[in-house]
Amino acid sequence: MRAYVVSRLAQTALVVFLSLTAVFVMVRLSGDPVLLFMPMDIQAKDVNEFRQRLGFNDPLPVQYARFVGAAVRGDFGESLRYRRDALGLVLERLPATLLLAGTSLLLTALIAVPLGVISAVRRGSLLDHLGTITTVLGQATPGFWLGLLLIYLFSVHLRWLPTGGMGGVAHLVMPSIVLAAFYSARIARLTRSAVLEALGEDYVLTARAKGLGEGRVIGKHTLRNSAIPIVTLAGLEAGQVLGGAVITETIFAWPGLGRLTVQALLNRDFPVVLAAVFFISLMYTLINLAVDLVYGWLDPRVRLS
Amino acid sequence: MKKWLGIALTAAAILAAIAAPWLAPHDPLRTDFSQSLSPPGAPGHPLGTDQLGRDVLARMLFGARLALFIGGCTVAVTALVGGLLGLVAGFVERWPSTVLMRLVDVQLSFPFILLAMTINAIMGLGLRNIILSLSAAGWVVYARVVRGEVLSVKQRDFVQAAAALGMGRTRLMFRHVLPNVAPSIIVVASLQFSSFIVAEASISFLGFGVQPPTPAWGSMLSEGRDFLYVAWWLAAFPGAALALTALGVNLLGDWLRDTLDPKLRV
Repeated sequence: MRAYVVSRLAQTALVVFLSLTAVFVMVRLSGDPVLLFMPMDIQAKDVNEFRQRLGFNDPLPVQYARFVGAAVRGDFGESLRYRRDALGLVLERLPATLLLAGTSLLLTALIAVPLGVISAVRRGSLLDHLGTITTVLGQATPGFWLGLLLIYLFSVHLRWLPTGGMGGVAHLVMPSIVLAAFYSARIARLTRSAVLEALGEDYVLTARAKGLGEGRVIGKHTLRNSAIPIVTLAGLEAGQVLGGAVITETIFAWPGLGRLTVQALLNRDFPVVLAAVFFISLMYTLINLAVDLVYGWLDPRVRLS
Repeated sequence: MKKWLGIALTAAAILAAIAAPWLAPHDPLRTDFSQSLSPPGAPGHPLGTDQLGRDVLARMLFGARLALFIGGCTVAVTALVGGLLGLVAGFVERWPSTVLMRLVDVQLSFPFILLAMTINAIMGLGLRNIILSLSAAGWVVYARVVRGEVLSVKQRDFVQAAAALGMGRTRLMFRHVLPNVAPSIIVVASLQFSSFIVAEASISFLGFGVQPPTPAWGSMLSEGRDFLYVAWWLAAFPGAALALTALGVNLLGDWLRDTLDPKLRV
């Protein structure tokens, strides 16, 4: 087990480092960064002086080394718009995103897993077919259309819920439902097929032949073994929700990381873009690492390979 | 049942896209302020008009054209690039495979929409750049899937036999391995197609990608959102078109997957 953990940690460190490099390359590709700092009517000769002063005339490897050195200390520079520390802005928005992500994932777990299990156990029944239709619809409906529909219905017409922003529980309801709808669909389908596969295995036949009640068969034997692909997918989706909830956050004016990144991109505020994109990828990588470690704990075959 | 719904919806979208110039009652870019914000059912405007008096139906049909064109091009580019890289990496193994897989891992650590949007913001807006941005973000799935498939196909008897007979590596790759990997490429392509359509709509919704006044479902939704209180049809119809097209292509992809490769079934 220890060798597995160490190797996964090393790979994660490598991936994080490469992501940092990728982010650096992307921003450098966007053109001369010096011009972003300068007022519009700057003279050409002054530009050169500033370039020298800010260190952009140094060879690229030196700039890169400086960037990495600063990034490791958490210094991504200052936001061009807000004149504050870029990483600080990102961290400020983090709790809002975590709240939304956490609520959606909780909803997903509560809805999708039981739905998938029931669909598998009562395969071919009306419940199963209804479940299939719901999941297919949930997966194909674009999140932002569902969001707009919900806003129209619950905010404009019924006036039950606020249209957006962050505040009490009422503000949390619609965004988390929109996010949960998409992810529940995938997890429900996966749960159904994983449980179906586990139910076909020999040990289930043995358990039933021994006289074990159906509830114990499913709860004790089937679920543990079908958990692996479900946990993997749930982990991947957790990472995606954190950074990919961009549209939902924009529609509901939720002050989260995704929305910050979009606004920074629209404002060409590259220090913030750098900090946000890197931070999101870091979280995603760490979640993947956690999933792999849980994987190793759940399935002994993985650790020993 | 699912299959027919998928075929019907996709065919409707393709028909709308191809026949848009003939089906549209008006020029999608023509403004008419005397008719602005007319509800559906107004004479000459079956689905209503927007705030500048442009016909919603016409814009929707031309939006279908844009969505399918971008989706199609992106699928073609990603399948080609990702498939080729995956094929070579899986076949040659050793360092090309490792390098490619590390690259794929790194790129997969960025959420797809965010990556596509960032690349698009950096490259600049417009049709060609949105296709390039989506492709740059989307090729990795193919690389991973194809490489995995190639690794397993390589072990099969007929490949080993052909290699033993002295067949060259390139010939082996393209004549024997590729046809057996093709079904997975097709399956992934069809599933990705609907993702790309939705992704393009999301990106134009946020203000990147294709710019107004070019009709695109995403930007129509974004504009319609401002008028949700007074003119629900501005957001409802493009949104419905997007949802139904995505659903149709998705169902079609599911059917293709069930037919071509039941192992991938979820």
